[in-house]
Amino acid sequence: MKKYSIFSLLRNSINFHQDWQKAWRSPDPKSCYDVIIIGGGGHGLATAYYLAKEHGITNVAVLEKGWLGGGNTGRNTTIIRSNYLWDESAALYEKSLQLFEGLSQDLNYNIMLSQRGVLNLAHNLHDLREINRRVNAIRLNGIDSEFLNVNQIKAFIPIINISRKIRYPILGASLQRRGGVARHDAVAWGFARAGDARGVDIIQNCEVTGIVHEKGRVSGVETTKGFIGAKKLGIVVAGHSTVLAGMAGLRLPIQSYPLQAMVSEPIKPIINCVVMSNAVHCYVSQSDKGELVLGAGIDSYNSYGQRGSLNVIEDQLAALCELFPLFSRLRLIRQWGGIVDTSPDASPIISKTPIDGLYLNCGWGTGGFKATPGSGWVFAHTIATDQPHELNAPFRLERFTSGALIDEHGAAAVAH
Amino acid sequence: MSRPLRLSLGGAIDRKKPVNFQFNGRQLCGYKGDTLASALLANGIHLVSRSFKYHRPRGIFASGTEEPNALVQLEVGPRTLASHQATKIKLYEGLKAFSANCWPSPAFDLLGILGFFHRILPAGFYYKTFMWPRWGWKIYEYLIRHIAGLGYCPRQPDPDRYDHMNAHTDILIIGSGPSGLAAAIEASHSSARIIIVDENSKFGGRLLSDNSKINNKSGPDWAAQQESILASNPNVKMLRNTTAFGYYDHNLIGMIENLTGPITGVKDKKRQRLWKIRAKQVVLAQGAFERPLVFSDNDRPGVMLAGAIRTFLNKYAVIPGRRVALFVNNDDAYRTALDLNAHGVEVVVVIDLRKEATGVLPNRTISEGIEVVEDAAITGVIGKSHVKKIEVMMLSEDGKSVQGEKRFFDCDLIGISGGWNPAVHLHSHTNGKTVWRKDDGVFIPGKTLQNIISIGACSGNFSLQSCLKDGWTAGKKVVKLTGFSSKKTNSPKDTENIPEQPWRNIWIIPSNAPAGQNDKHFVDQQHDVTAADIQLAAREGYQSVEHTKRYTTLGMATDQGKTSNIPGHAILAEILGKEVSAIGTTTFRPPYTPVTIGALAGPYTGLLFAPIRRSPMHYWHESNGAIWEDVGEWKRPWYYPKRNESMRDAVARECLATRNSVGILDASTLGKIDIQGPDSAEFLNRIYTNNWENLEIGCCRYGIMLREDGMVMDDGVTSRLGKNHYLMTTTTGNAASVLAWLEEWSQTEWPTLKVYFTSVTEQYATITLSGPNARLLLEEFTNDIDLGGGAFPAMQYREGTVGGFRARVFRISFTGECAFEINVQASGGANLWANFVNAGEKYGITPYGTETMHVLRAEKGYIIVGQETDGTVTPYDLGMNWIISKNKDFIGRRSLNRPDTARDDRKQLVGLLPNDKTEILPEGGQIVSQLQATYPIPMIGHVTSSYHSPILGRSFALALIKGGKKRLGQTVHVPLVERTITCQVTSHLFYDKEGHRLNG
Repeated sequence: MKKYSIFSLLRNSINFHQDWQKAWRSPDPKSCYDVIIIGGGGHGLATAYYLAKEHGITNVAVLEKGWLGGGNTGRNTTIIRSNYLWDESAALYEKSLQLFEGLSQDLNYNIMLSQRGVLNLAHNLHDLREINRRVNAIRLNGIDSEFLNVNQIKAFIPIINISRKIRYPILGASLQRRGGVARHDAVAWGFARAGDARGVDIIQNCEVTGIVHEKGRVSGVETTKGFIGAKKLGIVVAGHSTVLAGMAGLRLPIQSYPLQAMVSEPIKPIINCVVMSNAVHCYVSQSDKGELVLGAGIDSYNSYGQRGSLNVIEDQLAALCELFPLFSRLRLIRQWGGIVDTSPDASPIISKTPIDGLYLNCGWGTGGFKATPGSGWVFAHTIATDQPHELNAPFRLERFTSGALIDEHGAAAVAH
Repeated sequence: MSRPLRLSLGGAIDRKKPVNFQFNGRQLCGYKGDTLASALLANGIHLVSRSFKYHRPRGIFASGTEEPNALVQLEVGPRTLASHQATKIKLYEGLKAFSANCWPSPAFDLLGILGFFHRILPAGFYYKTFMWPRWGWKIYEYLIRHIAGLGYCPRQPDPDRYDHMNAHTDILIIGSGPSGLAAAIEASHSSARIIIVDENSKFGGRLLSDNSKINNKSGPDWAAQQESILASNPNVKMLRNTTAFGYYDHNLIGMIENLTGPITGVKDKKRQRLWKIRAKQVVLAQGAFERPLVFSDNDRPGVMLAGAIRTFLNKYAVIPGRRVALFVNNDDAYRTALDLNAHGVEVVVVIDLRKEATGVLPNRTISEGIEVVEDAAITGVIGKSHVKKIEVMMLSEDGKSVQGEKRFFDCDLIGISGGWNPAVHLHSHTNGKTVWRKDDGVFIPGKTLQNIISIGACSGNFSLQSCLKDGWTAGKKVVKLTGFSSKKTNSPKDTENIPEQPWRNIWIIPSNAPAGQNDKHFVDQQHDVTAADIQLAAREGYQSVEHTKRYTTLGMATDQGKTSNIPGHAILAEILGKEVSAIGTTTFRPPYTPVTIGALAGPYTGLLFAPIRRSPMHYWHESNGAIWEDVGEWKRPWYYPKRNESMRDAVARECLATRNSVGILDASTLGKIDIQGPDSAEFLNRIYTNNWENLEIGCCRYGIMLREDGMVMDDGVTSRLGKNHYLMTTTTGNAASVLAWLEEWSQTEWPTLKVYFTSVTEQYATITLSGPNARLLLEEFTNDIDLGGGAFPAMQYREGTVGGFRARVFRISFTGECAFEINVQASGGANLWANFVNAGEKYGITPYGTETMHVLRAEKGYIIVGQETDGTVTPYDLGMNWIISKNKDFIGRRSLNRPDTARDDRKQLVGLLPNDKTEILPEGGQIVSQLQATYPIPMIGHVTSSYHSPILGRSFALALIKGGKKRLGQTVHVPLVERTITCQVTSHLFYDKEGHRLNG
């Protein structure tokens, strides 16, 4: 892998950028791999990268039915934070945030991590209680978190509407200063390039049509490019988790819903941090290009179609105009939908399965992007050692039968 | 003095009505009917703005929604609009526009310096650098953010208002060009309801731009005639200035109607209206966008689409240039040469990519004495801020390079045409497929699951004759499809049918240097994406069209790539050696054109953001100084401060009055669900954890319902009113979701149970009298209910007359005092409340709000769902083992037996007493058993409720603590940022543990 830097950029400009390598090869699949990862999104690519980097397992393929990062990795609102309530979640997301903090250098790909702060707003007494509970818990877990009163919020975001006369006035907020955003495509591409450099085969346009297992052990996958053998198999396919798990005869406690997001036209810098509000339901940040990046609520029906309903967007934009009346005259230029895989306790499943050699990473719901490196890191450990890491041990599939749930409904950006 | 740029005749402008406007501070004049773009051209102004990345000078390129370049900031102050296309702004008196993305002026822009560095700023350069030092990105990003962004957001709230409208129709026709009009006319011969929309203020579409004839009438005249025929038909609704921006499932189309133009000007007039139209059948007649040619220096101001030149000439009577060169690959563009020539504008030359231009229109052009150079290409444009001269060379045999002598032509306008792209956007929103038509290289609509017929140019039928024919046919077809019948009609009409020769598609026009080296072949002009950028993306492996798009930002600008997507994808296909159909296109997503956020939000901001629910006694509370708490949509009195009274003092006063005499609470907001049917008891048995079969008529029982996972979902008291008749109460916030929960189980899981639910929350006013004097006061109001403790014990219910109103009286207490909940019809609530307050004066009756209610219930250890519970708490955790029946099944029962749910070290409800009686723990405080200096500090629980108790004279709290029941008497700590509070774990019952007061 030729290193990216300002010097390589200058050197290449001399001959009109003719000599850049491919960011990743596109090899034909081998007949057999030590590990196959199904799903070329951020989590799958991260898993492959950390398998190679941390565990020396390089005979790895990532199979993607479409194009890399074409699912939720390329459809989310790029928010990164670790301000989760429960110890188990906080540890997992904090690991992810810490990996993010060195990721550009680790991957030699600028993922544009921008830690300009994430605010969660409170609009009623119940919100306030919950936010205080959260701030205290996160702080005692050693993660940065603070409470802001209304005046502090106004100082942090001068354009926010703190009027007491609106329907649900802002009463306070929690702030994680280390939270922020990153360039979502770059995360996928960076992991792909760095994984490829360590020998990982990235195979696009290769849809898995069957999971082959005998006597309780996986042996490979049927794909649109033929059978590919595998000693171990990781499923990391977000909204289609139930479909893939179904191929192995597993029923998952996962429901798939459409979730919409949108961007405005690009404008000069107007808001520096990420603002999220559960109660009136809206979240917003501004990309480096200048677009407002806006997230809507979940559509309330099950679907695999990557688009949602107009009424959900109307509600979300009304909430935006309540919080930021000056955004009303800006215009939306793109809206889209992704399919989110929600679990009963709004926490992920990163787990072994009843089938030997088959591993599962799903259930990230509306908030998987922020976990991309951490998810890949613990999933790689789980696959490599056939044992969950202590960080993902609580997130096993069996918790739904044992009852050790990690209920993060309150922490999710979007109410499930 | 040269000839004026405005024609003396023709066009849809009103020469009697001059309109004054300002551009970059310059005072200019146009006419009513002009767009800002046509008015600027009439004033000789081409250079409008600078591009996004390299800040290159850019002019007016198109004449409509496809315009990538001519962006302005319109107006200043709270009504300012960012990055609006000059081609879409209707001119109005006093308009003020400013060039986008430049400082100090579009002619001299400081950041134009970025253009010199374009060699080191190829597509995706930012992924490769700015990584050192690690903290450096903060600084790089700050600079990037401030350089990026096109326009300016207003700094004040939007003063304008917006509207929403729903409509249903049989037939919806989108587009009023020749095909849309023909379809509408044809369909209007039936009794089907028709809506026809067009983004412009006049119907006619391309007919208004072209010099064509139908039935010997000029295009505009024919369109006006059809428009008036449609207008006289009551079944036809015509929406002008309305853009269909999104096609959603089940034939729901979102549209924005511009009611006032870009700027309101009129007080109280709404600016835009969102239409949500559900149609049985949709006809898409959106037309097509002319395709640019990707040649060297194709972004210079003065390069314009050939069709746009005709629009400016015919529709706005403007001459956009005095010496015009055309660069084309098709016959249609020769119409521009002929139209210009007819108006006496010099056409210097027509450069045609085709080996031969032998069609009718080229021949006509040649016969008018205009030079046509075949098999040639423009290889360069001279003139930085405006075209001065073009460089032309002959093409090689394969069209991939140029050869021979350079020829130069002086000109000030270059009209280009690479054919037309059907506007398949709305079709694509439905997940409809597109099909690549190889003959001319266009994507036409393919299969879709929605009820769509695409006609005319947007289905790839470009000639006027085929557009009209498509329209007639579709008009007949949709009438039939929607179940109507059509009267006999007199179609079709005569038009001139001029055969046209095929196009020649050369996606990258060769120049002296390869496109990858000269880097001036612009594909996406707004984002400065060049052919070289696409080549680079492909070289680096970003070969999926979606990767190319995201890596180069091709087609992601505010114009949504209307002129750039197809050439860009074709260039990518060529590089990869594939068919365009094999690489596909990126998904077109809504909105088709940018949509105002405020229009989508509509009127539902401010107080209309969510309905305000008010209890029947609301206005009494208001006039008696209540401070409100928002609970869901309800406004509830939080506390009633007297003059200068603090919240703490007010709550203490309310608490003591209730404990010592009588308090009065408005409990109307609690959810009330009327349950009837012979299986009601069985149903309640399954929903609640306790047993309901033995509840006698006239009795009440507290119940807890669980979710499937065994966690507490809601609680409340349910009373048996009759044999098969119950009244369930729920928490205020959960009333709607509990009703939905009951309906879901009843309808989807247990459809055989005969049980029915009706929300009666708003039908009753609920007044709670609580305290030792509650009975005395109530006795004054009723003759027919025996309120004596023996006759009417706690948890029973009576019906009778209270204060002259039919009433249901429940002995339910949430304060631990003797309490009566009186339900009367909502209309009587305010009256009865006032009478209670008046009559209770002798007892010092005191209205209390939610805060006092919370204190009083917490003193008794009663939980509040959502405060003591958070979706992770079982009834066992709350110490409510008694409420869980062992003899029946109920929702959540199996989950309660799961090993981790049944553990005895789970978080359990306890009381906390701070060592310092004056210290009130913060709710949400985290509890630790051992203090330590380093993080993380293991937490064992959190404070759920915390108050000062006036009756106990000290602070107290409820908490959930791991293994709490075994920790009674232990010391725990609540570490806060600035201090730590130490407290003792106690029972969660603080007051009147034996319940004498309640039962008394």
